[in-house]
Amino acid sequence: MIVHLSVLQVIIPLIAAPLCLLLRKSELAWAFATLVAFITLAVSIALLSQVMQTGPISYELGGWEAPWGIEYRVDMLNAPLLVLISAISAVALLAARTSIENEIPENRHTFFYIAWLLCMAGLLGITATGDAFNVFVFLEISSLATYTLIALGKDRRALWASFQYLVAGTIGATFILIGIGLMYVMTGTLNMADLAQRLPEVENTKTVFTAFAFMIVGLCMKLALFPLHLWLPNAYAFAPSIVTTFLAATATKVAVYVMIRFIFDVFGFEFSFTHFPLQEVLLTLGIAGIFVASVVAIYQDNLKRMLAYSSVAQVGYIILGISFASQTGIMATLLHMLNHGLMKAALFLALAAVVYRMGIAQLSQMHGIASRMPLTMAAFLIGGLSLIGVPLTVGFISKWYLVSAALENGWWAVAAAILLGSLLSVVYIWRVIEVAYFKPVSESTPDVKEAPAALLIPMWILVLANLYFGIETSLTVGISQMAAAELFGGLR
Amino acid sequence: MEFLGLFNYWVVIVLMMIGFYIVICSNNLIKKLIGLTIFQTSVFIMYISMGKITGGTAPVLADGITLYSNPLTHVLILTAIVVGIATTALGLAIVVRIHEGYGTVEEDEIHARDKQA
Amino acid sequence: MESFVHVVILSMLVTTAIAIVRVKDLFAVTMLAGIYGLLSASFFVLMDAHDVAFTEAAVGAGISTLLILTTLSMTGRFEKASVKPQTDYRPVLALVLVTVTGALLIYGTQDMPGFGTADAPAQTHVVPRYLNDSATEIGIPNVVASILASYRGYDTFGEVVVIFTAGIGVLAMIMSKASSTPVVQTSLMSDHVVLRIVSKMLIPLIMMFALYVQFHGEYGPGGGFQAGVIFASAFILYAMLFGLTEARKVVNNTVVQLLSALGVLLYASVGVVAMINGGSFLDYDFLSADPVAGQMLGILLVELGVGITVASVMIIIFFTFTARSQKAGEPD
Repeated sequence: MIVHLSVLQVIIPLIAAPLCLLLRKSELAWAFATLVAFITLAVSIALLSQVMQTGPISYELGGWEAPWGIEYRVDMLNAPLLVLISAISAVALLAARTSIENEIPENRHTFFYIAWLLCMAGLLGITATGDAFNVFVFLEISSLATYTLIALGKDRRALWASFQYLVAGTIGATFILIGIGLMYVMTGTLNMADLAQRLPEVENTKTVFTAFAFMIVGLCMKLALFPLHLWLPNAYAFAPSIVTTFLAATATKVAVYVMIRFIFDVFGFEFSFTHFPLQEVLLTLGIAGIFVASVVAIYQDNLKRMLAYSSVAQVGYIILGISFASQTGIMATLLHMLNHGLMKAALFLALAAVVYRMGIAQLSQMHGIASRMPLTMAAFLIGGLSLIGVPLTVGFISKWYLVSAALENGWWAVAAAILLGSLLSVVYIWRVIEVAYFKPVSESTPDVKEAPAALLIPMWILVLANLYFGIETSLTVGISQMAAAELFGGLR
Repeated sequence: MEFLGLFNYWVVIVLMMIGFYIVICSNNLIKKLIGLTIFQTSVFIMYISMGKITGGTAPVLADGITLYSNPLTHVLILTAIVVGIATTALGLAIVVRIHEGYGTVEEDEIHARDKQA
Repeated sequence: MESFVHVVILSMLVTTAIAIVRVKDLFAVTMLAGIYGLLSASFFVLMDAHDVAFTEAAVGAGISTLLILTTLSMTGRFEKASVKPQTDYRPVLALVLVTVTGALLIYGTQDMPGFGTADAPAQTHVVPRYLNDSATEIGIPNVVASILASYRGYDTFGEVVVIFTAGIGVLAMIMSKASSTPVVQTSLMSDHVVLRIVSKMLIPLIMMFALYVQFHGEYGPGGGFQAGVIFASAFILYAMLFGLTEARKVVNNTVVQLLSALGVLLYASVGVVAMINGGSFLDYDFLSADPVAGQMLGILLVELGVGITVASVMIIIFFTFTARSQKAGEPD
């Protein structure tokens, strides 16, 4: 059983999805999906601990050795991400049944859970694989499931958002396919480790340069790097709230992981940063993303939209870490990927509770809401502090390492930019806190009760995780350090 | 033969770009999806032409044949075609719902109706 | 001669593509897109990719055209001109992006191995093992099927899941409630004698051909995917001629949804059985005492799983679209 852990990680939810179709009733589907998510979480934790003890795991699917068969390769870089995806999925599913009561028609609930399981399986499959084309296949599984999930939102704008994402996502995926094809033409292989060995010989060709360019652009569309982020605000704002909770924490992170894997492992550090102006491009776009998105967030009335723009800004931070091209930079990036997942999941789950009670999440109608929904707004407050980067929260830890990496490179201006970005996030978080806590209840504030336990408990699990990993940092920091060391250890 | 090689790849690139152009430029959502299909199919044509070996035949083992064209590219494109039709089908379903919700499938009219609401 | 055909097909492809850009009648555009698919399929035959040509013809020229037409019947036949053509920045943006991307691609193809060369890395690194050893390791002549179903069988598992996901997505989007009052179907074609008689003769032949393609896919072009599409087309033909209600009596909703799940589960169980017998997931060597027999059994079963899911999902998608078009105007 232990030997098969890496493949079980993906096929358990993958098999559960069609099984879910056989269960007609939505309560059964929910219970089954939640159970599967927790089993997947257990598998991912077991996998992580195994990788931490014995090093990278390789699994030959179909019994054929790579590069003739498809290989699953789990090491310190992707094992923590597998845990993140399963954990957020499991916790969000706990809240899902209640949350979608008011947002999705009853006869669609079973399809919702099936699409969720498929999305989760797809994301896990992208993360665990060591074969470039397999990445593409599972990318499409998760993307198709995501388009379905987003389009199930109540507002008709969810349909338009989903369509926009479908077009943008398919273009991105096709670019990635072009990149894989060009790499194949020059090396004859699809296995990532094999590509890493064979690419240096053909490194100086124009074809490999073009392959790299297309892969990076395709991935940037998927991870919503400024200016290719246009699909994200609408998709996050109008999707069912619990869907946004899951996606905001996981989907973009998986795309970042693929990018890191290709930049550092497949193409290699030297190629990526010397033959290609990657550092300049990522640095510029990262900083632009942080500022533009944060400023736009400040002016949003729809809180889901505000947090969506905040996510675009956070992606900017993550990409910034990559642009530092240093071990500390990568460590900061990985740390921020994990931490941001926790932060945004908590924040969006709090908003899901608000939407559950009020039907919308417009700030102008939330005056004094903290007196009516104290626990929910407290969760939002702590999540917001984490986003800003206040000490004792996970946000502080990742910002700290980002600034350290910037200073290590001697880039004082960038360090200042990071801090400035945090100040901007103070502005948009404070807006919410001020209205929720310090404005008196007005007529436009609906008379609502606190959120039900089914939403509060998962919300507070995430919030407490934010605080716990912000205080007891050895696990997350240790994992990121090990991953960065592994990545840079095999450097060419 | 060399001319054919260059010609082949360049024409395919032109086809890809026409598809890409249709996707970006179209106002009508269905035409966007058709453009997407053209774009993807052209990428498939490029891949398959990369796998062709002059003088080879289809990769079905038979006595007396020694030179086969590359079967791996065929496998990859088979999967990609399936992915393409899946995306098109889902896209069309979403367009149907958009039409029911907005009364139109033209992008500028959708934006206009969102602004009014 | 071959290069002449090559040039002609490519030129026709370009002409069709340009026509699609310019034509405003979406019905014509759909037909042109179907022609594009058929021309691509012919090109694939020229490139020795017979399996791919088969699939592209079935999917690109067949299913795709059908679905777009069904959608057009609900959304309207003509593309409207842009409301404010002067301020529409999109064509300019599109031209810029397209030129940059195209230039980058042309730049990239310059160092590629020449078209058709036999000693390029793509032909000499991984592929020779498939061609040389698959006869002894797997035992079936169609190398594409060996790679698809065995060497890279996990990708094909992913592909079946993609089809399943699309089916779920379409159902989640436009599944209509079962109507209490019988829907009056206005455009039944069962009054046309010729159509009725010929279809009743053709439909069993189509289904048999589908079964042939399914099980013969190991020896020639074919396999689960193409067979599934052909099998579904028999049902689609029946539904088009005799109406959805009649077709639903043959395959009702629940059955076809269960079948779509079953195909995926069949594929997965082959893999799981292999794991239980001591091998990796999808290692067919472990399905039987003799590895080669195991391989052939494994390939047979997984292709069957693919065929079942593809057929049922195509039927689901078509029936769902048609039901929605008949209910156009009724609330969900």
